[in-house]
Amino acid sequence: MTTLITTGTAQPRDGISTAIKRAAASGRPAVVGFMTAGFPDRAHFTQNLRAIATEADVVEIGVPFSDPMADGATIQRASFASLQGGFTLRWLLEELERLQPRPQAPLLLMSYLNPLLAFGLERLPEVATKAGVSGFIIPDLPYEESADMRSALDRVGIALVQMVTPVTPDARLRMLCKASQGFVYAVTMTGTTGKSVAVPDEILDYMDRVKSMSPVPVCAGFGIRTTEQVMRMQGHVDGVVVGSALVEVLERGEDPAKFLRGLKP
Amino acid sequence: MKTQALEIDREALLAQTLRGEFPDARGRFGPFGGRYVPETLVPALDRLEQGIRDILPDPAFKAELDLQLRTWVGRPTPLTYAATLSRRWGAEVWLKREDLAHTGAHKINNAIGQGLLAKRLGAKRIVAETGAGQHGVATAAACARLGMPCTVYMGSIDMERQAPNVGRMKLLGAEVVPVTGGDKTLRAAIDEALRDWVSDPNGTFYILGSAVGPHPYPYMVREFQRVIGVEARAQMLAQAGALPDVVVACVGGGSNAIGLFHPFIPDTAVKLLGFEAGGIGPGLGQNAASLAYGTPGVLQGCYSLLLQDEHGQIQETQSVSAGLDYPGVGPEHALLASIGRLGFAASEDDESLEALSECSRYEGILPAIETAHAFAGARKYAQKNPGCRILIGLSGRGDKDMPTLQRTLLKGKI
Repeated sequence: MTTLITTGTAQPRDGISTAIKRAAASGRPAVVGFMTAGFPDRAHFTQNLRAIATEADVVEIGVPFSDPMADGATIQRASFASLQGGFTLRWLLEELERLQPRPQAPLLLMSYLNPLLAFGLERLPEVATKAGVSGFIIPDLPYEESADMRSALDRVGIALVQMVTPVTPDARLRMLCKASQGFVYAVTMTGTTGKSVAVPDEILDYMDRVKSMSPVPVCAGFGIRTTEQVMRMQGHVDGVVVGSALVEVLERGEDPAKFLRGLKP
Repeated sequence: MKTQALEIDREALLAQTLRGEFPDARGRFGPFGGRYVPETLVPALDRLEQGIRDILPDPAFKAELDLQLRTWVGRPTPLTYAATLSRRWGAEVWLKREDLAHTGAHKINNAIGQGLLAKRLGAKRIVAETGAGQHGVATAAACARLGMPCTVYMGSIDMERQAPNVGRMKLLGAEVVPVTGGDKTLRAAIDEALRDWVSDPNGTFYILGSAVGPHPYPYMVREFQRVIGVEARAQMLAQAGALPDVVVACVGGGSNAIGLFHPFIPDTAVKLLGFEAGGIGPGLGQNAASLAYGTPGVLQGCYSLLLQDEHGQIQETQSVSAGLDYPGVGPEHALLASIGRLGFAASEDDESLEALSECSRYEGILPAIETAHAFAGARKYAQKNPGCRILIGLSGRGDKDMPTLQRTLLKGKI
């Protein structure tokens, strides 16, 4: 039933793959820019989002959580500061709904599961649609636990992005690539976000394997900070996610657009 | 503030519980449990689950564990008749003495069990979290005995209030890493231990000390702690000549409680009562009583009852007891409480310290502050039910609590 309603019309999640492929077609990896919502403060949220959206092909907005177990020091610090500043998911979705004109880059939310459960799976899809959200990344929701979320988001054509890692066995890698929507988030290393990675050959081999299995674009993330890393990845992935490094730029009060321009080869 | 009331079929779940059907194949205890972790940990949890299936029933492993429990941990621990408390409370009070287990608490049962399993699975190093420091000490001791390097994460607030245990861990060869992020207590220590494990999921084994976390942890911890209840049940029949009317334990994450309760679950005439940390009152942020005041949600790998605000942010907790100071509870407890098989209430700081004092003065046993919450609850129960036969899980000894006791019960006295 629900698929009938959306078949034939472009779904929000299609915009993500399109934006990434467009960048890749121009000969460079797409850039997915990450910001923690409400950090350094809520007052500059829209301004920072717009600045990032001018250079990033996709914007990933982090929903702060009190227990960010997959995140390193930078995003932990940003999350706690944002919560101290009064962040709520309701505030974020209202801000996004008010954005005029809408940024061209598709918007994704990165959230741990619990704030989404508290918001309510019944109303999340509609409210997220009104806010112009094209996809979700939920780092503590493995595929096996994702049936409810998946069907809720499917109803409105919003992507649920799957993560894969260097320790994911091949059979599981194939299953996750097939299940992922928008893109596959290929984690560059075992560990938390933020630590710089050297991108050794075996990581490139792993990216090649993911790319060969995935029907949707592949973006590498965790520890991407420099143009050299982006150039090493070129040809092996369709895009890169820049998270902690960009949050640190915002923390220092520098121009995020300039930083992202500088990352592009 | 039950914002998300769960719709459950209590009768059906109770029947399944009595048949021993939980956890199910998906690691669920009814609606609770599951496995909510970063993708990096999924293969490690799969391997652990397979390891548990293959190794736990293996006669050679069982014999090895049994030998360690008998000759190193000091099992079976005794069942003590508490004559003076019985007289004072107007009840028949029995104490299961986990304070007499090696390193001073029940935590060692699980630490040596998981340590042996880790070794069988080829782990190169161990990480653990600790709140009161008892699980950290137990894990450090097990690792020393088994020859494995051990890193223990401990909140900086807990390092201060359980200082004697920090020194013990260091002497036992463990590296103790202070956690200054988050709430600086047990919850932050678990977050940090998970982050360490995510960095090396193949070589590192995480020895989790509570009956919480992603499947198969709540199940595995229960299996290693069941020895408490299995022994206590047989000892009650032998020494008291009957099963207890009520079994009482303190509940933080819930490892000693599930260990004691589990073998009694099919004995439906035996009441099970868990006492949580009531802190200084019932308000959000004033206690650590997730069964009493929590709502369903996902924290640190499992779906259970949590102390959280309406936005799903986990709240800081308050308790005089570091070991109960946790905003969640094991998924099996959440199920047992939801279906009415487990009764629960909160013991506040003051009444728990009074109970500690009473047990020390009249039974010659200084219990841990965690354990004292069970005594405070048992005493109240006894007063309402004269003549009842009570079995209390004396989960640990209180030597580690001296810094806190100097500031509270002993203030101005020495």
